Amino acid sequence: MTTIAATGTDLHAHDHHDADHKPGFFARWFMSTNHKDIGTLYLIFAICAGIIGGGISGLMRLELAAPGIQYLQSWASMMAGKEASLDEAYHMWNVLITAHGLIMVFFMVMPAIIGGFGNWFIPLMIGAPDMAFPRMNNVSFWLTVVAFIMLLGSSFVPGGTGLGAGTGWTVYAPLSTSGSVGPAVDMAIFSLHLAGAASILGAINFITTIFNMRAPGMTLHKMPLFVWSVLVTAFLLLLALPVLAAAITMLLVDRNFGGAFFDASAGGDPVLYQHLFWFFGHPEVYIMILPGFGIISQIVATFSRKPVFGYLGMAYAMVAIGVVGFVVWAHHMFTTGMSVDMKMYFTAATMVIAVPTGIKIFSWIATMWGGSVSFKTPMVWAMGFIFMFTVGGVTGVVLANGGLDDNLHDTYYVVAHFHYVLSLGAVFSLFAGFYYWFGKMSGRHLNEFLGHLHFWVFFIGVNVLFFPMHFLGNSGMPRRYPDYPEAFAYWNGVASTGYVIMAVGVLIFFVNVIWSLVAGRRAEDNYWGEGATTLEWTLTSPPPYHQFETLPVIK
Amino acid sequence: MAISNAKTGLLAAALAVSMVGVGFAAVPLYRIFCQVTGFGGTTMRVDAAQAATVAVTDKTIVIRFDANHRGDLPWEFKPERPTDTVSIGAKDMSIFLAKNLSNETVTGTASFNVTPELAGKYFNKIQCFCFTEQTLKPGEQVRMPVLYYVDPKIMTDPNTKDIAEITLSYTFYPVEKPNTVDQAAN
Repeated sequence: MTTIAATGTDLHAHDHHDADHKPGFFARWFMSTNHKDIGTLYLIFAICAGIIGGGISGLMRLELAAPGIQYLQSWASMMAGKEASLDEAYHMWNVLITAHGLIMVFFMVMPAIIGGFGNWFIPLMIGAPDMAFPRMNNVSFWLTVVAFIMLLGSSFVPGGTGLGAGTGWTVYAPLSTSGSVGPAVDMAIFSLHLAGAASILGAINFITTIFNMRAPGMTLHKMPLFVWSVLVTAFLLLLALPVLAAAITMLLVDRNFGGAFFDASAGGDPVLYQHLFWFFGHPEVYIMILPGFGIISQIVATFSRKPVFGYLGMAYAMVAIGVVGFVVWAHHMFTTGMSVDMKMYFTAATMVIAVPTGIKIFSWIATMWGGSVSFKTPMVWAMGFIFMFTVGGVTGVVLANGGLDDNLHDTYYVVAHFHYVLSLGAVFSLFAGFYYWFGKMSGRHLNEFLGHLHFWVFFIGVNVLFFPMHFLGNSGMPRRYPDYPEAFAYWNGVASTGYVIMAVGVLIFFVNVIWSLVAGRRAEDNYWGEGATTLEWTLTSPPPYHQFETLPVIK
Repeated sequence: MAISNAKTGLLAAALAVSMVGVGFAAVPLYRIFCQVTGFGGTTMRVDAAQAATVAVTDKTIVIRFDANHRGDLPWEFKPERPTDTVSIGAKDMSIFLAKNLSNETVTGTASFNVTPELAGKYFNKIQCFCFTEQTLKPGEQVRMPVLYYVDPKIMTDPNTKDIAEITLSYTFYPVEKPNTVDQAAN
């Protein structure tokens, strides 16, 4: 990557005159068109959603800490306001797993990594004054909020056996059609429509911004890797989300208007829904992780004080992951009765993705190799990411085998795998980005000691939480059940202990953020020093309300 | 600026809209895909003229017949014989019996498939009662024939040459609408 630090001091000298005039509170935060304010709103929203989604997983780990049903029935009774039956309690479990999945995917990871960091830093990194369509940006954010309220609201209306949508985040038919009578599933589907529409608008915005608004001299091959990652992600959103929208619209037709897209009794096929869902669902997992790859690339280069190793290879590896990600979807459906030939194709195609992913892992290591590495908080998070994502990647290669998957499908092995790539992958990259850019966004330094403490407690916590799930899955414990035989008790108990450790880590994080916002040291323009070479470091911390009124010129 | 923001934005939006179209187009495409490849145990339809051109081999295969119905359809539904042993390539007729056990006129419709699903490609039906509505008066019984043959190509396909037994399964579902019309007429 070309070092693109522009002539810093001259740049914001021009901006200071009336760049900092801010509108009043309501106009600024509720009618916002400023990419930094919208980014901040997205981050706050994602943190709130993360607390709710993470709290739900806490309820689940509490129930799973020991065999038997301990709490579920009383929670279901509390929700219903009357004594709940055991079936209603089981339904409550399905509602919990559904809510946890949907919230973490659509309302935590995506808003934080694309809406939050994307909005904040894409314009800054390409030297643009704002996003291409600032008002549409505002629409995207508030649609996401409405979608979230809609999803939460669905928990309070009937969804079949009890209150709420208990379909799993995959919303498979026929459970989601004839199996879930009542408005809850309709509300959840509408919520997905709105969140999807918001993301599509956001993707259009990012694509236009990145293609049309780069500063003079910044060619595509000089863009920072985070910008590349968001560009690829935006295209994935644009191609994948409309297919989900089509599929869940068909669910609505089947549910409410006598349709039979997925109704076997009238010639439909429920397996078609699975194909449509995973045509969206597999690119979706790359949508969640690619911007994380971009963040990690920036951080590893900064703290190794070297340009990233193999810049073009890194950029096109992401493009390759995006392209191949669209032709591997049926590896989520190995147990739907495919022929050996189809299994062979989807196994092989899936394994091909390990090649560009390997290029990225090795390039990060090669960037650190021989670099002047400083172990600041963002860097330890980035290294934790590389380590843990690789573990998740390896179990992914295991699961890619159609033959092995027959045995491991829908077991806790799968749960362990996707939490290693998401909860220890995407979430680690989110924390890394937060520690990396918090000073730039807020103008205050986070506390290094608390940051390291947060890392180690969280790192130990999530590993104690998720690693035993490999053992549980290998011994055949199925996912999505609130209860299990005595034989699985030990590792479930360990996993629940891990949750508590992780929760303590998150608590340290919040203490750090609040303490830093109130009493943190003021952040300089470029507080990471010479390794930080992208354009955001040429601006003040926090940047002026309007930046780059004079466009920077990239050498 | 070479291309305006509005133009780029609209192009991106057009891409998204066309992907919605692709999502819906997947429904007929999937159906055609299943019909052509026998995917998911979809059986093949052939006419009598085509069937006459198929050479009968001396290898036999066991065909099992499975008949079931959804719980809320008050019918008895069963095959006349549970299994047939047929020569591969030879036409065979199998009879399914349906009887209305209730005191009302009931309409049903059947869906079907074969397992192993891979055999669908070689299971050719010349005549069947799939997805045609059957209306039975109280106590009425009908005999529904299926005329089929197993394509000899099943013996050369490496995925299917080991198959010694194919199950043809029918499931009857109630059709709600005509039922209420009948009741109104009564």
